[in-house]
Amino acid sequence: MSEPIVKISGLNKWYGEFHVLRDVDLAVQKGERIVICGPSGSGKSTLIRCINALEEFQEGEIVVDGIELGPNLKHVDAVRREVGMVFQSFNLFPHLTVLDNCTLAPIWVRNIPKKDAEVTAMKFLERVKIPHQANKFPGQMSGGQQQRVAIARALTMNPKVMLFDEPTSALDPEMVKEVLDTMVDLAEEGMTMLVVTHEMGFAREVANRVVFMDAGQIIEANTPNEFFAAPQHARTKLFLSQILR
Amino acid sequence: MSDVISSSFVRQDLLAERPAPVKTTGFIGLMRTRLFNSPTNILLTIVGALLLWFTIVPSVKFLLVDAVWSGKDRTACLAENAGFAVGACWPYIQAKLPQLIYGFYPEAERWRVNLTLLLAVVLLLPLLIPRLPAKSLNAGLFFVAFPVVAFFLLHGGGIKGFGLSWTAGLLQLFDESIVGAGQALITSGRTSAVGPLLWALGSLIVLLGTLIHWLIFPLTWLRDYLQGTGQPVWADFAVTAAIVCLIAFALGGGVRTGGRALASSIATFIGIAIVIRLMDLDHGGLPIVTTNLWGGLLVTLVVSVTGIVTSLPIGIALALGRRSTIPLIRIFSIAFIEFWRGVPLITVLFFATYMLPLFLPGNFTVDGLVRALIGIALFTGAYQAENVRGGLAAIPRGQSEAAAALGLSWWKTTSLIVLPQGLRHVIPNLVNSFISLFKDTSLVSIVALFDLLGSLRASFADPKWSTPSTAFTGFAFAGIIYFLFCFGMSRYSLFVEHRLNAHRRN
Ligand SMILES: Nc1ncnc2c1ncn2[C@@H]1O[C@H](COP(=O)(O)OP(=O)(O)O)[C@@H](O)[C@H]1O
Ligand SMILES: [Mg+2]
Repeated sequence: MSEPIVKISGLNKWYGEFHVLRDVDLAVQKGERIVICGPSGSGKSTLIRCINALEEFQEGEIVVDGIELGPNLKHVDAVRREVGMVFQSFNLFPHLTVLDNCTLAPIWVRNIPKKDAEVTAMKFLERVKIPHQANKFPGQMSGGQQQRVAIARALTMNPKVMLFDEPTSALDPEMVKEVLDTMVDLAEEGMTMLVVTHEMGFAREVANRVVFMDAGQIIEANTPNEFFAAPQHARTKLFLSQILR
Repeated sequence: MSDVISSSFVRQDLLAERPAPVKTTGFIGLMRTRLFNSPTNILLTIVGALLLWFTIVPSVKFLLVDAVWSGKDRTACLAENAGFAVGACWPYIQAKLPQLIYGFYPEAERWRVNLTLLLAVVLLLPLLIPRLPAKSLNAGLFFVAFPVVAFFLLHGGGIKGFGLSWTAGLLQLFDESIVGAGQALITSGRTSAVGPLLWALGSLIVLLGTLIHWLIFPLTWLRDYLQGTGQPVWADFAVTAAIVCLIAFALGGGVRTGGRALASSIATFIGIAIVIRLMDLDHGGLPIVTTNLWGGLLVTLVVSVTGIVTSLPIGIALALGRRSTIPLIRIFSIAFIEFWRGVPLITVLFFATYMLPLFLPGNFTVDGLVRALIGIALFTGAYQAENVRGGLAAIPRGQSEAAAALGLSWWKTTSLIVLPQGLRHVIPNLVNSFISLFKDTSLVSIVALFDLLGSLRASFADPKWSTPSTAFTGFAFAGIIYFLFCFGMSRYSLFVEHRLNAHRRN
């Protein structure tokens, strides 16, 4: 097997006295799609936020595409250039138009001329199927549209890995599908994705592996078929019974 | 069954539109629905009308109806000559207008004030109208070039050197103060118990100072050489321009992309050269008018515009400092803000004017107006810091996280994401502070600066115009001027707020 694109080893993190992440190890191959699930408060968000250094950690190591991120968070900028992130609450910049949201980082981080950045941004907005809304402000769009813009915004930086933190949890039910469809498209194009979600349909359809977390640890990781058909751990069974009903 | 159908509550035909039974539009409608619709409202309406009656009518009577419009001295504004109870005495304002605008600024030089005001208007108006292009050039001219030009216009005087001489001078001053401190340590080392330690430290500092002296020697030598040439200003200008242009070219990306930076810095220096030439700065410039001759509206505007323009950056810096994760910066910001907020402006002005000179080293003097300006800028800056902080606190953490996730640095996140949103939230508060600053400038008259109000009060003393209504006329006039400026700021801020918050309207 080739070198994994994301490699987490011996990761430990504390919030004060509270041990949120306990000896987490995870390796993600290029093009792999990982779905992370688990009960609320189990540390899923904290784990993926460590990958692009939005959270610091006290022990262990994360290597993204050969770039090493230790507890002293050197190489933060280099890692963030490789990793895109989509948040539960979209976090679009409300004072900028959709187009400006998508060109801001290319212009100011990659020093790409405005004209070129706009062309690229429009390409990605077309991919998430909202090119004609480019001049609207985020506040004028539905939640589903906003989340798709957020995906396009992350893609404009050409990340090698995309992180999703419950991208559909803040959406009304009828908008969940449009966002998941966008993510499925992305998966089919071969993007490496780590997705925190409770959308088990999505997990079945696109995930290579489902990772189950509880109390800051990964306690089960398996292919979707195995994971749903034959969960190993009692906690996993309980969780699945609650979520699938 | 048929019963149900005949008593159907389902309409068979659409009904035609009917006028409202009680008129709700127009003047009658307004009276019915807003002014006289309940006993309390009837009472409030009557009280309001009476208040208007008792304020508007006497004002109009005083300012217009009973006013005297022409005359040469006080006699025109006396009741026995006019034949009625005299209201406002406008010829007095007319006679004193130059003093109210310029103070004691020499008459022959007043064109300089007019030119400065004209320049300010010409540069400021296009800046305030969003539709007009070239905002960054315009802002650069107004915030950087204009203050310098205005200084040489209003104050006069010229320059003896340029960037290189100034840099050399500053470094030399810095170096001398280091050596001075080292020598002081050595001297005190002779008497103190820890003498040898102080002596060693002092010698080390003196050594460092000497080292710096030799490091900057090429610079000071070049300065002295340039001063020796027949045209020190222009020689220095040429050297400075060449150095700065080269640096801009290199920083701009060298041969590949540095062309733009090079072109704009060359253009800047050509502009500076034109200004130096036009104002004859290399030959002493315009005759000097010291600031104790300045007065009237001129001082009011200089103090308030400087205060407004400098207090906002100070406030932003302090607000960011107060949120900083670096303890030293945070503690400094908090202490600074709380200190200035805890002291009344009058105290600040008194301190700046009368006490500061006692603390400054002997030959180091700062102009009285400048001292007041610094005091006001820092004072208002502390208030603006708290306003800005309120705006920053309203920005959810997700915003800077999203920016960080996109790879934006702290500076870029702050200037592109956090500040633009935070400041929009607090435009009303910021302008509120500006308006109160504008009116507080009248306090400078207690430290012997004659602003609009100070000049006005000075003019009351003129026996030629002493009539019963002189003071009232003067204050009414000053009130109108203050009101116009403050009201203008208030309306403009509403406009800006509305425009910048376009994203919040659906
Ligand atoms: N900034 C913080 N300070 C202290 N505790 C936190 C902080 N953020 C999260 N936690 C705690 O860490 C645990 C894991 O949080 P999180 O990763 O958000 O869980 P999940 O995303 O799986 O619901 C939770 O118990 C939460 O209360
Ligand atoms: Mg979470």
